[in-house]
Amino acid sequence: MSLLLIQAATWIAQLALVAAMFLCTFRMIKGPRAQDRILALDALYVCAMLQLVAFGIRSGTTIYFEVALIIAMLGFVSTVALAKFLMRGEVIE
Amino acid sequence: MTDNLVAIPLWAAVIASIFLLLGAALSLFGAIGLARLGRFYDRLHAPTLITSWGTGGMVMGSMIIFAAAGSRVPFHEILLGIFVVITTPITLMMLGRASVYRDRAEGNPDVPHAAEEAE
Repeated sequence: MSLLLIQAATWIAQLALVAAMFLCTFRMIKGPRAQDRILALDALYVCAMLQLVAFGIRSGTTIYFEVALIIAMLGFVSTVALAKFLMRGEVIE
Repeated sequence: MTDNLVAIPLWAAVIASIFLLLGAALSLFGAIGLARLGRFYDRLHAPTLITSWGTGGMVMGSMIIFAAAGSRVPFHEILLGIFVVITTPITLMMLGRASVYRDRAEGNPDVPHAAEEAE
């Protein structure tokens, strides 16, 4: 019973996160300026990280949580680098 | 799905499912706000719903599930929550500052003036 409940909850959560990722991709394609696209890319990274957390709950192994940590770190570094590039025109001065 | 998830009690499964669904639904609302709001400075607020309540809900549900199953210490989730909570204000502040800088450089009228011009 509890197995079925958790399975259904993770399926619905993953479907909602897929919809959220589609909306972020829509904003990233449409976004009128560069900062909109970077913001949508950051939100897309976080949604992918949450998707991997839900997948890790379903599979029950630790490795997907480590992948989620790596994705969160890459998203942070890429967003900071892109924002710095928008601000100054170069990343490392 | 492994076998150790069968062993968790029903109340823990109910609480964890509520947290998972709440986190996923609120991150979907944040993404809807990101897609629908009009200006960039309005849109900057929407993904914080994904990073605060979305991450918090999913991480809390995962912690409850793995703590109730007794299979491992929920250490990755704590790290993930701390990392996202620390890094999100930094990225959004840098992005907002870059956007204000670009708007001022273009002479866009709906951004606030710089501090030395307002005096």
